[in-house]
Amino acid sequence: MAVREAEPFGSLQEVHDVGLDREDLFGIYRSMLTARAIEERGHILYKQGKIPGSFYTGRGNEASAVGVATAMGADDVGCPLQRDMGVHIARGVEPWRIFAQYMGRTDGPTKGRDGNVHIGDARLGLHAMVSHLPAMLPVAVGMGLAFRIREERRVAVAWCGEGAAARGDAHEGMNLAGVRKLPVVFVIDNNQWAYSTPAHLGHAIDHLADRAAAYGFEGVVVDGTDVLAVYREARRAIEKAREGGGPTLIESVTLRMEGHAVHDDASYVPREMFEEWAKRDPIDRFRTWLRDNAGMTDEEEGEITAGVKKLLNDALQRAEESPLPDPTTLLDGVFASQDELETPHHK
Amino acid sequence: MAEKTYLQAISDGLRQEMRLDQRVFVLGEDVGVYGGAFKVTDGFQAEFGPWRVLDMPLSETAIVAGATGAALMGMRPVAEMQFADFVSCAWDHLVTVAAKQHYRAGTPIPIVLRLPSGGGFSGGPFHSQNPESLFAHIPGLKVVCPATPEDAKGLLVTAIEDANPVLFFEHKHLYRRIKGEVPDERYSTPFGKARIHREGDDIVVVTWGAMVYTAAEAAGIVAQDGISVEVMDLRTLIPWDREAVLESARRTSKVLVLHEDTRTGGFGAEIAATIAEEAFEYLDGPVKRIAAPDTPVPFSPPLEQAYLPQIDDVVAGLRELAAY
Repeated sequence: MAVREAEPFGSLQEVHDVGLDREDLFGIYRSMLTARAIEERGHILYKQGKIPGSFYTGRGNEASAVGVATAMGADDVGCPLQRDMGVHIARGVEPWRIFAQYMGRTDGPTKGRDGNVHIGDARLGLHAMVSHLPAMLPVAVGMGLAFRIREERRVAVAWCGEGAAARGDAHEGMNLAGVRKLPVVFVIDNNQWAYSTPAHLGHAIDHLADRAAAYGFEGVVVDGTDVLAVYREARRAIEKAREGGGPTLIESVTLRMEGHAVHDDASYVPREMFEEWAKRDPIDRFRTWLRDNAGMTDEEEGEITAGVKKLLNDALQRAEESPLPDPTTLLDGVFASQDELETPHHK
Repeated sequence: MAEKTYLQAISDGLRQEMRLDQRVFVLGEDVGVYGGAFKVTDGFQAEFGPWRVLDMPLSETAIVAGATGAALMGMRPVAEMQFADFVSCAWDHLVTVAAKQHYRAGTPIPIVLRLPSGGGFSGGPFHSQNPESLFAHIPGLKVVCPATPEDAKGLLVTAIEDANPVLFFEHKHLYRRIKGEVPDERYSTPFGKARIHREGDDIVVVTWGAMVYTAAEAAGIVAQDGISVEVMDLRTLIPWDREAVLESARRTSKVLVLHEDTRTGGFGAEIAATIAEEAFEYLDGPVKRIAAPDTPVPFSPPLEQAYLPQIDDVVAGLRELAAY
């Protein structure tokens, strides 16, 4: 089975056909801008010495992350990764809590127990990633298994990079999802570089989506810089899973526009490659599309840009007011207590 | 109350919880149609259906990580590793995700892993191990090692009720060999509360799992020489009953720690160190350890017998301590 390559997006009518109105489109744009701006601010905070440890960004992945997250239903769940800031933003995580997380403050979602984008707000259906990629992929499959056992119309999204797709967790998770036809959508963000390792040293096939056939489900390759194409394919896959049609593997192709983390200058990536992909910057692309197809005016654009700026200024201030954790809480929470079990996602 | 084998007690406890709570389900290799390699889930699929007793692919990571994902969505999974040895394939998931998720992300992971463990029947290097100390070292995991049928049922109930990942080590050599009275009704046996298997005043043997019986036999033999030995069954390693161990250490003044797992870095080392720190001035002799040597578990019967702590080894250790 040859993998399907998704078509680029066309007109405003096509957008309406897949269920998005003009406000939704502006919301997507706002989320993409916010995701990038949080990481740009974060990078500055890091250089100022306000962020301990290391710092990771997802520049170039904003369309892929926001496109998938926008296609998820309110009761759907997932385990996004370190290039997926846009997922957290699109699902409603407040930026000030992300800044607090970066700086190891008590109001970060992990209260200082973990850093950078190792976050997940379970109330929003998101569960925190670990560094051992893609260890959360089979966890998302287990979420899909729970939905299948209870016959709920909910879907789990499992993210993975092209680098981590080489690990056994990816195989075991996808194989199980295929065998049991579970309501799981796999998103492989192929940003072409696993730290310094190019994709061709990670896998020998042209498209990772080709692997889907081996697991008995559909694979599709989508241009990860085209937010509407990502949204359309993710929505199609999520609704198919919801209707009992089983998993889909979406390979979203982008370029990681910065180093693995901010200490890494990515000098191993050919300059021309960056130049080529810079022309396809997902935010620039969508901005142009909105102006050409949705009639976004200067005034509307200015309002969105100013809104994001204000949001982040306020967020940063609030995060800096958040206290550092009290060392006497070090031992708290190694084990969960019985009364913690009845949270919204533990029903 | 009826007399049951250790295996029947586990099976009954699990069935009882599945009848009580729709959220409890079983997943593992060959657990469904076949009823499990040791038949613990025999008949379960007929009673609960194929979506609550799931035959899984040979994918230990997907089994345990799948249990975690289902638990995050409100289920109470009980996953079976066909042999405890195979949990090594799921090591990364357990220590990286399941053990740490609550501490860093605040979400409980209420999963139970059933782990048929232990040697004594030529299972060889890959079907005989007791890897409990590896997991006892990982903050966030609980470790349970029942020795009696009554405890096997009661501790399994507690494991399923618990809000954390619980590793439930079932000793294979006890499955059909050990019988005991098991209440029919539902009950739970608390974690972290040791059980006195045999009372005594001169020496305490601190042990768990199948070694409880080895210790009891040895205690019976040295009793003929007038040496009175208490056998303490820890029941659970995480949490472990420090107070009970320290109380017995202070009272008897001599301690032998016995386990089937290998010696270096075995859980016995933690117990001995704790006694040295907390009860040193009460001791009338060194804390003695008897454990398997630091080798893989060998296959051939004379080698395996030399590997596993035997009654004679414990008798010799007790006499040595008594004479000290």
